[in-house]
Amino acid sequence: MSITIFSHARIVDPSRGLDETGSVVIEDGRIAAAGRDALNQGAPEGATIIDCAGKAIIPGLIDSRVFIGEPGGEHRETIASASQAAAAGGVTSVIMMPDTDPVIDNVALVEFVLRTARDTARVNIFPAAAITKGLEGREMTEFGLLREAGAVAFTDGRHTVANSLVMRRALTYARDFGATIVHETLDADLASSGVMNEGLYASWLGLSGIPREAETIPLERDLALARLTRGSYHAAKISTGMAADAIRRARGDGANVSAGVAIHNLALNEHDVGEYRTFFRLAPPLRAEEDRLAMIEALKDGTIDLIVSSHDPQDVDTKRLPFSDAAAGAVGLETLLSVALRLHHNGEVPLIRIVEALSTAPARIFGLPGGTLKPGAPADLALVDLDEPWVVNEAGIRSRSKNTCFEGARLQGRVLQTMVAGRTVFAV
Amino acid sequence: MTHTDAPLPLFPHRHLLGIRDLSPPDIEILLDRADRAVSISRQSEKKTSTLRGRTQINLFFESSTRTQSSFELAGKRLGADVMNMSVASSSVKKGETLIDTAMTLNAMRPDILIIRHQSAGAAALLAQKVGCSVVNAGDGTHEHPTQALLDALTIRRAKGRIGGLTVAICGDILHSRVARSNIILLNALGAQVRVVAPSTLMPSGIEQMSVNVFRNMEEGLKGADVVMMLRLQRERMAGSFVPSVREYFRYFGLDAEKLKAAKEDALVMHPGPMNRGVEIASEIADGPQSVIQEQVEMGVAVRMAVMEALLDPRRNPEGPGA
Repeated sequence: MSITIFSHARIVDPSRGLDETGSVVIEDGRIAAAGRDALNQGAPEGATIIDCAGKAIIPGLIDSRVFIGEPGGEHRETIASASQAAAAGGVTSVIMMPDTDPVIDNVALVEFVLRTARDTARVNIFPAAAITKGLEGREMTEFGLLREAGAVAFTDGRHTVANSLVMRRALTYARDFGATIVHETLDADLASSGVMNEGLYASWLGLSGIPREAETIPLERDLALARLTRGSYHAAKISTGMAADAIRRARGDGANVSAGVAIHNLALNEHDVGEYRTFFRLAPPLRAEEDRLAMIEALKDGTIDLIVSSHDPQDVDTKRLPFSDAAAGAVGLETLLSVALRLHHNGEVPLIRIVEALSTAPARIFGLPGGTLKPGAPADLALVDLDEPWVVNEAGIRSRSKNTCFEGARLQGRVLQTMVAGRTVFAV
Repeated sequence: MTHTDAPLPLFPHRHLLGIRDLSPPDIEILLDRADRAVSISRQSEKKTSTLRGRTQINLFFESSTRTQSSFELAGKRLGADVMNMSVASSSVKKGETLIDTAMTLNAMRPDILIIRHQSAGAAALLAQKVGCSVVNAGDGTHEHPTQALLDALTIRRAKGRIGGLTVAICGDILHSRVARSNIILLNALGAQVRVVAPSTLMPSGIEQMSVNVFRNMEEGLKGADVVMMLRLQRERMAGSFVPSVREYFRYFGLDAEKLKAAKEDALVMHPGPMNRGVEIASEIADGPQSVIQEQVEMGVAVRMAVMEALLDPRRNPEGPGA
């Protein structure tokens, strides 16, 4: 029986609304106690005691939108390399997107991911399976069997299901299995050849714009279908104030919907594209500053439940191209927490709300273990110096791909140690 | 005016990627140089030795007979060795060829690369990867700086000035790099710029681009000193952006009737190639107000001026990469 104690820690546990100084006691990979009174009985004999000297202990982050190249794109990222990046970022669980080659749309692929994760990953890897076979937007996958095999959610990844009937049936059928449909919404016709936010800035750059309505039109449809079917629906990455309003309205109508936002849409805006910097070509695109502020507001008031890194490793072959030809996406597992902490340091969002959006909320929405420091929960946690300043340097990135939007960025707050089920998977 | 006049001011840029990067004095330097180049081109002995020994590569990912031959002729008149590389744009991943080709060409140590590419930002990307000067000969719907310069030269020589003139740019503003470069340049030199087009062919945010926006041709041309027509590509006519050629010509094609709204001595310009009967009536294109042929002549002069200015030996006596 092994016991580890983090003492003199600032314990931030949104699952209990807790932000106090105390100790966290870990016994056999589980939280035995966490809080001011955790050591009331005194430290047990033989326990390893780590004095945190006021540094923070938070539930390990749960990143519900991570693209990994395995199988099919191992030169960009493997499950092992993604898990190292995750551990360094304080992320203890990731939901892996089905946009692999082959697509995760059958039981064998889910089993492959779980087996590879068991053998090579440092953190928990939960596969999401495709809504439709081959991500083609036509035939439903085997929700029941996939769920039994271990798929925790259903999403067509980067793709939007254009057919309303297919979406209706998916929502209806998924409900029977208690599964959540997770969707990125983009009207491909309306977005057309767009590569960045539509507006003056795109016009001067000569780049085709993606109007906000390309996101909100299919989202409004989905929300209507969620009301109709009473299915569970999660808008994966909203980027516009209009989308946040739509979510608010649907919630008000009692629909079973939730929403996420990519960290980039909280931290950056369209001007970061600069002179055709392809690392800033993202999906959804970086929007106007007013949209970024609307995202922060929606995060604060709970309209947006959770934050994702939308970690999407891309290599030279897909990024060292003219902007319009480059692939969308950026890595983000390692910087997710530090970038999110900007909102705390700027006084825009309370710390406990940020931690909730990064851990407790995704655990609740996707029914995953973790996201809490309650006794009995798995000891998935991160020890964080909330104030340590550091500069992001491409060379230090553990992900196999280096397409970060934060090269050279000055961040405040850094992960010192990450534990998964009581085992240290990262330490500085 | 001859090219043996007093030395011209130094042009403070290594590349010409867009008008956006130029200050009004930069533009004047190029236009003044181009005036000299016009004189050279009108002599019987057209060849000079300004760029003798220098290597110019024309790298065209989009076919363009007139721009490419204009750059070629400009280089030859300056005495440079000119190589044309027309890269077929058929491959699926066009961009891959861009970087790869750029690195290959760079290894051949050219002094100046002229690039035309279908993607916005391609010229800037190339400029980051090579050691020589780069001239943007059109990148997607972003910029076409030498076209704007030749338009400005044509206007300045015909009207004696640019500041204070009213210039109406008409047609497919949305997809036009020529329009973007011209809007920036004409504003920089103090002209009043108008844009005239159906709303489906206007870029988002056009009202904030320092132009007056018109959806009616007669109103847009009223009192204009210059009418600048843009080409409307065939594939954009049939129902996607405008319903038909016939409807487009009816409302936005330049004919004698609509031209009456402009000043009597208004110049009619077109960057070419023209769609006669689509955006411009033949009688206007060939009429007394048309300076379309002069634009072609000025194109060679402007390109000579740009290349001379970029490779000015006073700034870089040993040549690039030395």
